[in-house]
Amino acid sequence: MQTKGSVYRFGDNIDTDVIIPARYLTTFDPEQLKLHCMEDIDPDFIKKIAPGDIIAAGKNFGCGSSREHAPIAIKAAGVSCVIAESFARIFYRNAINIGLPIIESREASEKIRAGDSLYIDFDKGIITNKTRGEEYKIAPFPPFLQNIIAKGGLMPSIAGGGAINGL
Amino acid sequence: MSMTMTQKILAAKAGLPEVKSGQLIEIALDGVLGNDVTTPPAISEFKKYGFTKVFDKDKIFVTLDHFTPNKDIKAAGQCKICRIFSREQEISNFFDVGEVGIEHALLPEKGLVLPGGAVIGADSHTCTYGALGAFSTGVGSTDMAAAMVSGKTWLKVPEALRFDLKGSFKKWVGGKDLILHIIGLIGVDGALYKSMEFSGEGVKNLSIDDRFTVANMAIEAGGKNGIFPVDEITLEYIKGRSERPYEIFRADPDAGYEAVYEIDLSALEPTVSFPSLPENAKTPAAEWDEIKIDQVVIGSCTNGRISDLATAAEILKGRKVAKNVRCIVIPATQAVYLESIRKGYAQIFVEAGAVVSAPTCGPCLGGHMGILAEGERAVSTTNRNFVGRMGHIKSEVYLASPAVAAASAVAGVLKNPCEL
Repeated sequence: MQTKGSVYRFGDNIDTDVIIPARYLTTFDPEQLKLHCMEDIDPDFIKKIAPGDIIAAGKNFGCGSSREHAPIAIKAAGVSCVIAESFARIFYRNAINIGLPIIESREASEKIRAGDSLYIDFDKGIITNKTRGEEYKIAPFPPFLQNIIAKGGLMPSIAGGGAINGL
Repeated sequence: MSMTMTQKILAAKAGLPEVKSGQLIEIALDGVLGNDVTTPPAISEFKKYGFTKVFDKDKIFVTLDHFTPNKDIKAAGQCKICRIFSREQEISNFFDVGEVGIEHALLPEKGLVLPGGAVIGADSHTCTYGALGAFSTGVGSTDMAAAMVSGKTWLKVPEALRFDLKGSFKKWVGGKDLILHIIGLIGVDGALYKSMEFSGEGVKNLSIDDRFTVANMAIEAGGKNGIFPVDEITLEYIKGRSERPYEIFRADPDAGYEAVYEIDLSALEPTVSFPSLPENAKTPAAEWDEIKIDQVVIGSCTNGRISDLATAAEILKGRKVAKNVRCIVIPATQAVYLESIRKGYAQIFVEAGAVVSAPTCGPCLGGHMGILAEGERAVSTTNRNFVGRMGHIKSEVYLASPAVAAASAVAGVLKNPCEL
């Protein structure tokens, strides 16, 4: 899998309340949720984002509430990947479970700037920053999580019956 | 190999003799929780993949507590989805308006979580049950869906931080001040992916309600879970609430912890987390008198239990809520509500000029029952003060104990209860 896009940059501790405010949690329809994605930190985010664009952030991205509506809204907005120095653990699970690609990388998080043009090759494990002429390595997911991702999320991975694969 | 308390529970639930941090495991669950916001997407996933039956109708807990009593038509629709599914699946622990309380106060009260148990919930504050010596953690809706099918979930075995407590609280200081102090100390990602284990001779000086408050906010430091050892106070609490067996796990004396913090409870002051992160913890200062407030909320899964209301009532008795301050008291469950009537707290609140609401998460997450306008400021016993959490993005939330919140309601400014 590969993706490319330009970067929207956010800081540390981006919480799920700003990713999708609770006042919109009366629905879980991705098309409705995306309209309010990042609204409380950047009201114009949904107007500016182009399909394939990439979010880069600092540490503890997605902290706070367990709402799966947060990665759903980001994915529906057209974001192809979120890169952060670290992720809050529930957001991390949720992103994998719903098939939103995420990359945990301190190096990439530190070096990538707003507007940078990135090419990400998930199979080779490399982020290419075309704007800066840099490459950053991506640490692979554990095989167990790769299995969930390959099957398209957690539910398809258990739909065959029996235990969650790979453990 | 030596294990932390959390690791011992996880090993037992995974059916393994031992586990070590970083290991990916699958555990059997004693409970799977969801609410009116997170259960509908889980039901949708459950049906989308053709599943027809939950693994155990007695181990699924569905609580309609967030936007209830239904705040609008869409919220009503979400509750209806949960209600129909719970009826179809004969979910025995489905709680609707009239029975429902805020999930993390309700489940322990109903005896649905016991020491040594393992529970996941599609709500980040599911970590609350560590107060009872159980392993519990928040997950998303898809995790809930998978667990409803299989009765299992996958986890990475966490490392742990240990907090050794000694001494006892001063008057007007309690569990909320302790956990805000700790989050201030280690930061909102200070326990990311990790367990927070509490120990030391000071633990016996924490009431069970104090422990619920502390474990509840482990997630606010990024923690996977927060957990207390089981003692007489725990066993006294669970007595008569359940017939099910429970198991007491203890950390090995030589278990490895990434860091150990020593905290003297007697040195803690009333502590308030200023906007807009729970780590902005501060102790009383002259500037507090300059911080005028518009609203006080006393309630939530963090501080809506009977001892919280008792503290607030002790301060509000014979006093009045300041002019221009709205004080909203929300008993966390119907049982807490009833007890607050029996003990006269409800009357004290109303006579002081506060309003007493039905149990709901409501204002904590900016849902309903007390939303802030632009420029407004609240002192709240809830758990998050993120931008826009209780309403307008230019409103502010100061996180505090019930004592600080009640004192602030009277003073009309942020107030140290010791100075009232």
